[in-house]
Amino acid sequence: MNILVCLKQTFDTEERIVVENGKVKEDGVKFVINPYDEYAVEEAIRLKEQFGGEVTVVSVGPSRAEEALRTALAMGADEAILADDPALFGDEYTVAKVLAAIARQKNYDIIIAGNQAVDDGSGQVAVRLAEELGIPHISTLTKLVVEGNQVTGHRDAEGDEEIVTATLPVLVTAQQGLNDPRYPSLIGIRKASKKPLAHVTLADLGLSEEDIRPRTEIVDTFLPKPKEAGRILQGELQDQVKELVQALIQVEKVVG
Amino acid sequence: MAKKVLVVADIRNGKLRNVTQEMLSGAAKISAGGEIAVALLGHQVEGLAQGLGDLGADTVYVVDAPELEKYTPSAYRKAFLEVHRDFQPDAILLAHSAVGKDLAPMVAMRLGAGQVSDIVDLEVDGDTVTFTRPIYAGKAFTKVRVKEGTLVATVRPNNLPPAQAGQGKAGTVKRLAVSFEPQDLTTMVKEIVRKTSGGVDLTEAKIIVSGGRGVKSAEGFKPLYELAEVLGAAVGASRGACDAGYCDYSMQIGQTGKVVTPDLYIACGISGAIQHLAGMSNSKVIVAINKDPEAPIFQVADYGIVGDLFEVVPMLTEEFKKVLNQ
Repeated sequence: MNILVCLKQTFDTEERIVVENGKVKEDGVKFVINPYDEYAVEEAIRLKEQFGGEVTVVSVGPSRAEEALRTALAMGADEAILADDPALFGDEYTVAKVLAAIARQKNYDIIIAGNQAVDDGSGQVAVRLAEELGIPHISTLTKLVVEGNQVTGHRDAEGDEEIVTATLPVLVTAQQGLNDPRYPSLIGIRKASKKPLAHVTLADLGLSEEDIRPRTEIVDTFLPKPKEAGRILQGELQDQVKELVQALIQVEKVVG
Repeated sequence: MAKKVLVVADIRNGKLRNVTQEMLSGAAKISAGGEIAVALLGHQVEGLAQGLGDLGADTVYVVDAPELEKYTPSAYRKAFLEVHRDFQPDAILLAHSAVGKDLAPMVAMRLGAGQVSDIVDLEVDGDTVTFTRPIYAGKAFTKVRVKEGTLVATVRPNNLPPAQAGQGKAGTVKRLAVSFEPQDLTTMVKEIVRKTSGGVDLTEAKIIVSGGRGVKSAEGFKPLYELAEVLGAAVGASRGACDAGYCDYSMQIGQTGKVVTPDLYIACGISGAIQHLAGMSNSKVIVAINKDPEAPIFQVADYGIVGDLFEVVPMLTEEFKKVLNQ
């Protein structure tokens, strides 16, 4: 079974965001594999362990993303592709087009991605990729079962669980709870440095800038207004509770 | 210039969700006097068309078929494309909900269109529409424009003002018949397991009662559910509580998990890790209950009570019961 995992390198979720000149500052930030994509990597490796085959991890992003791909290789993926040619960068439309060009280079039975990235959180790329490739998709999975060419996914639909079936080839996206991603072992880390990692360019993929032209543009990036610290209520607990209930109903008018 | 705007109604359990009305107010702004249509995709949904004219819809498209009873990407895509073909919109709004999040990128790609996800605000200046959306789960925001082609956006519940009644539009129902071929049914829903407590969905809830590690166990959520019931609230959790196995991951609020903006957020036994704050700090009013006066959650809270949640939460429940029943 050949599996493609799409991953993005993102800020660690404990990072604070600093904006300078209308852009998010990256200096000194700890980068990780987007947590949702980490579930995707883990699930792909588990499928390989069950059925054999190869796991390819791919990322569209700057050269620093090589570290995230190496981590995925250390976890157990077999090869990596990094589309770090700046001509390949753009919006979700662009990235989906680039990933589709990469996905078409090999016959993948299953493509797995996180359901969204924790940075821009737009949740578009994976679904766009499935659409571009003309294959079905099942999103936000908390459980995946593959039997023959039959796929059953348990999907988190706003708290309800939908049990959905499809046939291979299929694209699925990972939701939290899908699995518990492994840490790379020391042997894994040593092996990872020797596994193939290819850098691809616009020309390599046979794309033109016109093919992948972004449809959207970001015109500003800013921080929310800092929240003013509120009040710690004082006095007897019973009085605090009374005061709070009155405030929520009569002052804030958010209850009742 | 006037634009034709299509709103894909968000339907859950046979009812229109509030976000549909919020999308209609967004549509009115974008349309600048142009035509507005609402698409009702589903099974036995025509009844929902009533009143949509009053909220601003010129036309209500109804695509009703048994194949649309449960959401599947390929069947809904087909139904959507039928409406699209007939109406030829310049802009399309969907909810940033389970259905909208899945359907929007699919149809945007099919149309070769740009999409702006999870918008919380929009401005219209002449022909230009600028959307505001959170990044890093609300730690920062961006303003985004669609440069060319059809404009697709998904709208976060609870942020745009709801469209007011009395718009006096026709709301003319237009039924479109769609026949489904096997290739339109590439995925099938075998079963739906309802897990949502009391039917109040986290992303659209006006009030959320949320628990962290301080609840100590799955049973520890009981007083939170009791408070939630009195308030008609949904119950959420921090990553700490989910990781500890006290509750299902579907309840998680934070940068991994759901981002919520209710009117009232009551954080019980949640210390306030940065990734949790990202998911809830844009709530209108925040109440924190925590034993530790130094907990970072108090820095974003409008009201704080330093105390044991197992003592404070039941007292709150009783007090609300007493006051709300008067």
